[in-house]
Order: sequence, then C-alpha cells, then structure tokens
Amino acid sequence: MNQVSNFTKGFIKDNPVLVLLLGLCPTLAVTTSAINGLGMGLATAFVLTMSNLVVSLIKNLIPDKVRIPSFIVIIASFVTIVELTMQAFTPALFEALGIFIPLIVVNCIVLGRAEAFASKNNLLSAVIDGLGMGLGFAFALTLLGSIREILGSGAIFSLKFLQADGILVFILPPGAFITLGYLIAVMNRLKKA
Amino acid sequence: MEYIIIIIAAIFVNNIVLNQFLGICPFMGVSKRISTAVGMSGAVLFVMTLATVVTWIIQYYVLNPFGIMFLQTIFFILVIASLVQMVEIILKKVSPSLFQALGIFLPLITTNCAVLGVAILTIQKDFNLMEGVVYAIANALGFGLALVIFSGIREHLDLMEVPRGMRGVPIALVTAGILALAFMGFANLV
Repeated sequence: MNQVSNFTKGFIKDNPVLVLLLGLCPTLAVTTSAINGLGMGLATAFVLTMSNLVVSLIKNLIPDKVRIPSFIVIIASFVTIVELTMQAFTPALFEALGIFIPLIVVNCIVLGRAEAFASKNNLLSAVIDGLGMGLGFAFALTLLGSIREILGSGAIFSLKFLQADGILVFILPPGAFITLGYLIAVMNRLKKA
Repeated sequence: MEYIIIIIAAIFVNNIVLNQFLGICPFMGVSKRISTAVGMSGAVLFVMTLATVVTWIIQYYVLNPFGIMFLQTIFFILVIASLVQMVEIILKKVSPSLFQALGIFLPLITTNCAVLGVAILTIQKDFNLMEGVVYAIANALGFGLALVIFSGIREHLDLMEVPRGMRGVPIALVTAGILALAFMGFANLV
C-alpha cells in the first residue's frame, strides 16, 4: 500500500513542477506544444528512474563526502544515453528540445531525488519514486504544453481543431510564464479545498 | 563590430532568462531583494566567464582531438562543479571581502543551468575563445539586468494587495511574463 502512495505522490501532492517548483527551466522552455512537453517529460522520467536505481544500488559504496559529485556523474551518464538515443531515433524531437536535453543533468529534481530519496531507501522504493516523480513531471509538462498549444495555435498534439490562428503570445516565451503562473494559482486553490 | 552584435543580441534580443529560459531557479529564488539580486549577478558573471573559458579549452584541446565529443555533458558539468568549489576556496583565501559578498551564492551556481547552458551554446555557435568570453560576459549581464529589474518589481509587489491564490510564486511568474513581453520589443533589433 505504501508503494502505491509512493508512486502517486508525484502526480498531484508533491508534483515536481506545480508544487515543489523544481525544474522550471525545461518546463517553461520546451512546452510550446504538447508533444514537446511529453517528450521532455519522458526523457527526464527515464533519467530520474535510472539514476534513482543506480544510486540506490551503490549507496553503501559511495563515501559520504564525494556523494554529490558521484551522483552527478551517474546522472550525466544517463543524460548522455538519452541524448544519443534521441538523436538517432527521434531527430525532430531532438532538434526541438535542443540544448535542454543535455541540461537535464542540472535539473534540480533529478539530483534532488537522488540525494533526498534514493540514497536513503531500498531499490524498489527508489525505482517507484523515480517513476512516480518522473511521470508527474511529464504530466505537468504535457498539461502546460497542451494548454499553450490550444490557446496559441488552436491545436492539440498537432491536430488542428480551430479554424482561427489562436493567440500567438502563448507559444512565445511570455506565454510560458503567464500560463505556468495561472496553473500554479489553480493548484494552490485546489490544495486548499 | 561583431562583438557589439553579440553583446546586444545576448543582453536584449535573446535575453538568457526571459527568452531562453536558462537560470530560472535563481531568477525566482533570489529575486526578493535587490541587494541579493546584485550579489547573485556578480557571482554568475564571475563563474560563467571562467566556466566558458575552461570548457572552451577542454572542448578544443581534449574532447575534439581525442574524438570523445559525446562525453561533453559529463566533462562540462564536472568541470563546472569543481570550478565553483575551487573559486570558493581561492576567494576565501585571497579576497575575504569579495567572498563575503558572493559566498552564499556560489554553491547555488553549480545547479544553475545558465552556466552549463552558456558553455554548451558557445560550442554550438562555433565561437572562438574571444567571442566565447564576450558571449559569456554579455549573457551574465543580461541575467543580471533581468534579475535586478525583476527584484525591483517584486519589492514593490510585496506592498500590493494580491488575490490570495495568486500570492507568492504565481504572481511572480505572471510578472515575469509581462517583463518577457516587454523584452520582446527588442526582437529584430540585430
């Protein structure tokens, strides 16, 4: 039962983006469309799950003083794997996400979960935590991307359902800030209710 | 002339925070007071310039000759992390007053994606070392400009009556959005 709440906490209660406010750079930058948000979210979820797994496996071997650099090397290795894989199999998405793929390495959530959770818990909990948090991140990014795509270009996942062009500002940088601001305000309201 | 274009483009047209979304964490985190914003900007200017020089040298004298470009991410983040540690130790010894001013911001910079971002962008744009340095300084100034303007607005925002759900981060994000909108006026300047 405990593992279920461990998995689901990342979606609403401790959502990395909407509640903990971690990893805002990729959140704002790549969510110009739902598919970009989903791609970035899944890439981060993979890195998060795998780094949690490895950190949890070797947590007793790492001396306490060098644990942060060790975590960074582990994370950077998985980021490199994701980078090369995406370049080979989804070149269009790789192009769209650009510099934010290597920058997963400095995403605070990944290091944060390694330090705060995986280095203190057993393998199963760490993997489930990584999956839950990662998918929660992907969920938030897809939500933000969908809202921006609907308002900005009258489409969702590139399926156009409005004849009109939409409000351009929502797919430009200022729209990212404004949409996320209102989304967090809604979350705050829901949390209190 | 070319340098002036790089500077104007980096500070105003493609502002690192408001247009490229790098360094949002410190932008939100340390923007409550103008004084801390200035301190943070100073630390970023220092580390970003240094990190760009070191990573440029590593890219062209280590990674490229050995054909291990795919290790870029791992190399760069390690270099930046150790560089920040080293700067902290040296600064403490050499200039305690500067350390006092920048000290608490230095550890935060390791996870500042702006530093790694600018280092990678410098390589992607095929800049030579001098252009890279100019690009890094201009981006750090752009970061400082956005951060100081934003913290000035947030100081005033504290005194305003904000609807309860919007207090704190949401209103700050909407403000940042309007600031980004203002910066879009610089588009197509160069």
